[in-house]
Amino acid sequence: MEPASRLDHNHQLSLRELPYIIRWRDDRCKRCGKCTAICPVKAIEPTVKILRNVTSEGPVPTPVTSRKVVYVVEQVLDINRYCTGCGSCTLVCPNEAIEPELNPQNKFLHFKNKGGDAYKRGGRRNDPSVSTLDKLKFTRISMLTDPALDAGRHEFRIRTLLGRNLPPEHLPLEAEGGKLVVKKDEIFIPPVREIYPIMIGSMSVGALSPPMWEGLAMGITYLNEAEGMPVVMCSGEGGMPPRLLKSRFLKYFILQIASGYFGWDEIIHALPHMVEDPCAIEIKYGQGAKPGDGGLLMSYKVLKLIAEIRGVPKFVDLASPPTHQTKYSIEEAVAKMIQSMSMAWGFRVPVYPKISGTKTARAVLNNLARNPYAAALSIDGEDGGTGAAYNVSMDKMGHPIATNIRDCYLDLVCQGKQNELPLIAAGGIGKKGNLAANAAALIMLGASAVSIGKYIMQAAADCFGDEYNRCNLCNTGRCPRGITTQDPKLYRRLDPDRVAERVIDVFKTADTELRKIFAPMGRSTELPIGMSDGLSIEDKAMAERLQIDYAC
Amino acid sequence: MCRLAAITSSEYFSPMENVLALETMKEGHDGSGMGIILKDLGGEFEEFKEFPVLSGICSESGLETVDKYMADHGFQIKHVWSPSITEVRGIHKRDYYFAKVYQYPESYLDKTIPEKEDLLMRTRLALRKMGESDESIIVFSFYPDILSIKEVGDPLQLSEFFGLDNSSLKAKIIFAQGRQNTNYAINLYACHPFFIQGYASMTNGENTAFVPIREYLMSRGFPGYIGYNSDSEVFTHILHYLNRHLGYPLTYFKDVITPLKASEIGMRDDREALNLIKKSLRMLCIDGPNCVIGFNPDGTCFMVQDSKKLRPGAVGGLKGKYALMSEECGIDRVVPKRDRSKDIFPMKYDMVIIPPGAEEVRVWNQLQG
Repeated sequence: MEPASRLDHNHQLSLRELPYIIRWRDDRCKRCGKCTAICPVKAIEPTVKILRNVTSEGPVPTPVTSRKVVYVVEQVLDINRYCTGCGSCTLVCPNEAIEPELNPQNKFLHFKNKGGDAYKRGGRRNDPSVSTLDKLKFTRISMLTDPALDAGRHEFRIRTLLGRNLPPEHLPLEAEGGKLVVKKDEIFIPPVREIYPIMIGSMSVGALSPPMWEGLAMGITYLNEAEGMPVVMCSGEGGMPPRLLKSRFLKYFILQIASGYFGWDEIIHALPHMVEDPCAIEIKYGQGAKPGDGGLLMSYKVLKLIAEIRGVPKFVDLASPPTHQTKYSIEEAVAKMIQSMSMAWGFRVPVYPKISGTKTARAVLNNLARNPYAAALSIDGEDGGTGAAYNVSMDKMGHPIATNIRDCYLDLVCQGKQNELPLIAAGGIGKKGNLAANAAALIMLGASAVSIGKYIMQAAADCFGDEYNRCNLCNTGRCPRGITTQDPKLYRRLDPDRVAERVIDVFKTADTELRKIFAPMGRSTELPIGMSDGLSIEDKAMAERLQIDYAC
Repeated sequence: MCRLAAITSSEYFSPMENVLALETMKEGHDGSGMGIILKDLGGEFEEFKEFPVLSGICSESGLETVDKYMADHGFQIKHVWSPSITEVRGIHKRDYYFAKVYQYPESYLDKTIPEKEDLLMRTRLALRKMGESDESIIVFSFYPDILSIKEVGDPLQLSEFFGLDNSSLKAKIIFAQGRQNTNYAINLYACHPFFIQGYASMTNGENTAFVPIREYLMSRGFPGYIGYNSDSEVFTHILHYLNRHLGYPLTYFKDVITPLKASEIGMRDDREALNLIKKSLRMLCIDGPNCVIGFNPDGTCFMVQDSKKLRPGAVGGLKGKYALMSEECGIDRVVPKRDRSKDIFPMKYDMVIIPPGAEEVRVWNQLQG
């Protein structure tokens, strides 16, 4: 006898368990098949159904049954083919016949572990609540006692410094005849770059598709060369195209070295041919989205270009360990790495570490504060994004950026080093689209600059991802927008020129909005780093923790 | 918006000249306080130029505390000045206003000037701390040849209250500020001009970069950088930090608080140094709106504006007497017989400098260095 469980589908998932439910309208669908063809996870499929139709004509019920074959679009119930809600189907549907709908009651995480495989994905923390950054308000508005500046008329200088600023006591200056002169060769003056305070964070060639990376690179180059905005971007781990390394545009890029050291063979070989120094070197020790986790570029992403840039064979998994295997202490090994990287460019390039947001950030900071070669500290908060990580790492690991930055800044203030070691804040900036406001808030809490990643993917390349676990397929190589894939069939959807245009739109808008924030607060010449009296929050505990005003 | 009246002269003059100048600019202050600092004292103080003068206000009990503290620490009183108070309606009289001239403790007689200056500052801070909670002791300055008077009220009424018109009090440099209370509570320590170790300044305007600057100064590890009941006190401390601590010439005060743009720095001979200090002293950059008038220990007086020139300020006078005022009507009151066409209205790149003796006025331009 056949078990009842099979007959009544007892071990099948119901649609209600899935995070997104496809709403398909029979009356609108013309069965063109575009939706099922484009679905990156094959969550929908065309199916043939037998439709049993009972009709009756005449005054006395005389039911007549007829059967006909119909073609429908059906959502599959396989947990590994769950609808991610990306909405590619809706995009291509000519008749608005299909769209995914968020199912807030889903029990997706209860089941997404088939075969004992923990759920892995790309994207960022699935937490749609309002972040601390979005709760911060700018409340010190200059009024009659101190006239507000005019964002449209007054001259604004929205720039920051990346690199170690010597304390004035250590500057090799001497007064001669009423003027200060620099006493050369007396002291090492660390390199310092003047950059735009919003930078594009580390996303590698490999994690990103060629048109995406190229679009970002073109965008920031245009901003630098045509708009005079010194926006820089970080390469991510995995090097850069050799031609770019040897070009004059290298100065707009921060080269990242991470635990896999991918791409560095090529970089070192390109060193004698470099006509410009890179903006800086970032040593990645951690990432906000997945603290303590390494990276993995899946073998199917390692195509010819990627293999060449990274100096590895094609089609092999490229694992970056969670930690630098050679590093066992910050006092010795990290200091050595900073010095080695500095030495490679003749101490002309700022070198700084990037860590994930953590309670131990202050310990790292205090160590770097004593290291004269450390050029900055970049802290990536829990709301940061990534191309691939375990869901649990993304959702549950990490530290919010606001308190991390504030604590670190106030620590520097205690030591009088708030201008010596710039803090770079990342993780969740622009989470709800408020790029300039989030950046300004972090600056007023003490950051010298902020770094963005996920935001620029969303704003410049229409990434579908959000905090409701929409899409988040970056790890699979099947990005429906062509952003995080090495599949030419997918990335040809992405126009690098359009990405570049959008990057420019984003930064020009952010610049206007930063002025609109700073002008009424009476600041225009220097970035209001640590101007915490400008901020308030409608939560007493947060106000106390951040040492800012409470306003309601 | 406060009003500022500074006069530097080759001859001794009465602080009433400053008060009357403030009176002409009355629309700009609301009677929430007046501060006066006199440098290069004349009259009864002329013979005590080498000796430190402690200026302040005490309650009866506070006075005892001060006297005991000073005696315990080896300071011997050489001269005491106290204004003859005429009660004026609306002005709350405190117990005891004073300026006391002391002899240094014996162990300090042969010490260097910086060592003496540090002793004076530490003494002032100790007294301030002792009387802070109950306001029994308020001390404004403790330095040779410097006298400070501050009180809440209208400047003209205060001059009557202190009997300045009948007083023999005179000096060659006198700064006075008529206060317009804005966003901070009325507190005598918030009243300009501020003074530290020979440097003084007073400011018209609000300092929007106050908090980062205050944090930066307080983290320099120098005990005198405290207080900050007013956002303008940081200007005095920046001046002190740059000139005394770092040894920068006076004009770099302007370069630090309103740094030039990168393209402008290229025009200066000292561009290398400017590039370095612009980065290292980034936290001391202001955005105004501020007009700052100050003096340094040798008696050089100056006026600078914020980088957008958002506050009024004018300098004018004759050889031997110059006035640095918020408004021209103030200069008219002090030096009426001058050539008004030669009055200077410093703009965003200018620093007006009057060397000691008030023989000449110079305009230093930041673009040219």
